[in-house]
Parts: sequence; structure tokens; C-alpha cells
Amino acid sequence: MTYSPPRDRLWFLRRRAYLVFVLRELTSLFVAWSVVYLILLLDAAAGGALPAFWAWAAGPWVLAVNVLALGATVFHSVTFLNLAPKATVIRLDGWRVPGFMISGGNYSAWLAVSVLILWVLS
Amino acid sequence: MSPLRRRAEPYLWLLFGGGGVVSAMTLPALVLILGVLVPLGVLAEPDLTALLSNVLVRLALVALVLLALFHAAHRIRFTTEELLGLARWDRLIALTCYGLALAGTAVTVWILF
Amino acid sequence: MILRVSRYRPGVDAEPVFQEYEVPDRADWAILDALNHVKDAVDGTLSFRWSCRMGICGSCGMNVNGEPKLTCGTFLTDYTGPVTVEPLRGFPVIRDLVVDIDPFLANLSKVSPWLIREGEEPDSEYAQTPEQLEAYKQYSMCINCMLCYSACPVYVLDPDFLGPAAIALAQRYNLDSRDMGDRFDVLSAEEGVWGCTFVGECTSACPKHVDPAEAIQRYKLTAALRSVLPFTRRRP
Repeated sequence: MTYSPPRDRLWFLRRRAYLVFVLRELTSLFVAWSVVYLILLLDAAAGGALPAFWAWAAGPWVLAVNVLALGATVFHSVTFLNLAPKATVIRLDGWRVPGFMISGGNYSAWLAVSVLILWVLS
Repeated sequence: MSPLRRRAEPYLWLLFGGGGVVSAMTLPALVLILGVLVPLGVLAEPDLTALLSNVLVRLALVALVLLALFHAAHRIRFTTEELLGLARWDRLIALTCYGLALAGTAVTVWILF
Repeated sequence: MILRVSRYRPGVDAEPVFQEYEVPDRADWAILDALNHVKDAVDGTLSFRWSCRMGICGSCGMNVNGEPKLTCGTFLTDYTGPVTVEPLRGFPVIRDLVVDIDPFLANLSKVSPWLIREGEEPDSEYAQTPEQLEAYKQYSMCINCMLCYSACPVYVLDPDFLGPAAIALAQRYNLDSRDMGDRFDVLSAEEGVWGCTFVGECTSACPKHVDPAEAIQRYKLTAALRSVLPFTRRRP
């Protein structure tokens, strides 16, 4: 006759690490929004409706959502690039490449890609 | 555990992981420029017509949309199940999430090609 | 110092209730010493598991102020206010602080945690280089204390999940150069590595510095590549 507690609906509030985990996972909502925004932009570009699109994008609500999306995608980048070395254990001749070097490589690539995007779009 | 689910899970995870890397590398810059700085008038509007005439740019955009949407779909699937305790509806939630990701990709292909 | 201890007496209590005990606030006492003081001098009916008092047997894991801890390695001086002691989360409570470890033992045995060999027995011991030892040594430090299961929200929400320690133990044998087994079917199941959403708290909770989260992510990559690439179903 054992006791099993009922499901804890607020489990993600019980520890700070759980909350950070849930926030990390919820960045995916803003990743999805960013892609939808990009699709709308591409649709406007293909349909010759760019002025209307940019006017809509400058509205306070869309701008506010995009500022949130910027924060969320940066949080996603930092957490994802930090955790990626866990799955990729690289051994060179028996020597294990430390996680910070893999993360460092990831961050360098992130910077390079960001500069490339800025260069392409300006 | 259904055999179908076991066959699908590794592929879904690879798409999730690949999408996570691609999103991490590209989305902050894209959102900053196209979502904030251009609408605010800080940066000039990019010449999208010229950019999109390049087939490589269009292919890269389709790949970005596919991977980033699968990444988001995978996380949204598990997060809804964990937050709301809906694990027994996993099949339905999974089909909805990945289905929407595929639909978004199809729309992008239709717009660009 | 006040200890708030979760009590559950099967057949008497419908659900656990807290009982408070005043214990001497001694600088050299671990939580386990305080619990033993209660059992010896205050209330002999209090039940809890313990054995070695030196962080190697893995028996005395409990939830201390909401965090899974070995009570022999967690000291009264680490806390200022009342200390709440509860049974490990994620397991059925048998009595007071004692939980049912059968689900955990069942998960451990699912991954065939031993060296699997094919062919004839060798005449001498299997030789291994320091590098070959290093490849799995970290994962062999596990003491089966179940703190990682209690820290894992995926396991607590869904006890079908194989869980951190069992997967880390599977990797301990997968990465051992002497092992010839294949644990793909167990590990690459929905309840295996794919159940993990990488919260990472198993690794933070581990008192022996095993990294189960890393073991799981590494096997996800292994299993994904083996599923996608041809000719890799069986390890050579």
C-alpha cells in the first residue's frame, strides 16, 4: 500500500532550473513566429506588396513582438550552442576536445553567419 | 511503443537538431535586421527582388524555413505535453506540429518557385 | 534547528503529513545524523534508508528543501531555516522517507548492464589501455542513488521513461572496448533516449559527477546516425 503523489501541475515553478528549461523550450514559439514573419515578407516581395508590409511591420504591436522574438532567438542561440557539445564528443587521437572549444567554434560560426547576413541585406 | 514511432523519432531528432543549429546561427541577425532595424528606419530597406532572383538564395531560404519550423514543431510538441500533461495525445499533437511545419515549407516553396 | 520531516504510515495516513522535530544545531552533523538522532532519541517510529554514511552506498537519497540530495553529504550548516526532508520524488512512498526502488531496478536491468561477449572465453584477462578506460570511466562512477531520477521532470511525469542512470549505465558498457553487446533496441525506443528533452538536472543532481545528460545526448546522435546511415545496424 504505497503512496504516489498526484501529478504536480506547477512542476516547472518548483525549481529555477526547471523554469529556465521551460523558457528555453518556449523560445521555439518565437522561432516559429520569426519564420512566419519571414514567409510573410517573402510573400509581400513576390506579390509586389513590400511598402504595405514595411508599414505593417513598423506598427507598435508587430515591432514589440519582433523585439521579444529577438530576445528569444538570442536566448535560443546561446542555450543551443552551449548544449550542442554534449551530443558531439570529438576525440582526436584519444584526446577529447573540451566542450568550451566546440562552443567557441560554434560562437565564431554564429558571428560569421550574422556578419554575412548583414552584408547581404545592406 | 509502436514500430512506426521508433522509426520516425531519429529522423525527427536530426531535423530538430539541424534546425536548432540553423536557427541559432541565422535567426537573431534576421530578426534584428528585418524585424526591428528596417521597420524602425535605422537600416535602409534591402533590395529583396534582386536577392530573390538568385536561385541559391531561394534554396537557402526554403532550407531555413524547413529546418527552423521542424525545430520549433519538435519543441512545441514536447513542451505542450510536458506542461499540460497531454502525453497520451502525443500522436495527434505530433501530427499537428510536424504537419504545420511541412505546410509552412510548402507555402514557402510555392511563393519562391 | 527544526527538521520538517514527511511522514507516511500506510494504513493510517491517507497521504503524507509533516512532523517537526527539534534537533541540536551541530556543525559536524549531516542531515542523516540529525535523522538518526531523531530515531534514537525522539521518535523511534521514523523510517528511512541509510547505510555507509560516506556517499558510496547510495541508500540515503532524499529530497532536502526540494532538492534531491544524499543526506549523508548534506550538512545542517548548509541551511539556515527549518530543513524540510521528503522522500525522493518520482517513486511510490512505502513509509515515511522510504521509497519503492523496484521500478528503478527494473529499468537498470533492461539495459543489460554487464559485459556482453561473443565467442570463446579468453585464457587471460582482457587488456585495456588507459585511453580505453577513460572512454567510459566517468559513467562507471554511478552508485544507483536515484537522485537523477528524482531531479528529472520527464521521469517524474512519465515513469515509463528509462531514465538518466540506466542510460548512462548502458553507455558505460557501450563505450567499453571489451563489450560486444548491442543495446540499440532498448535505448532507441520512445521510452529510451527519445523521451529525454535535455533538462540537464540529472547531471546537476549527481553526487558522483557522472554526466547522464551527456550520455543521453551522445546516444541520441549515435542512434540517429545508425538509423539514417546504411550498414551501421550492428557494431563491428
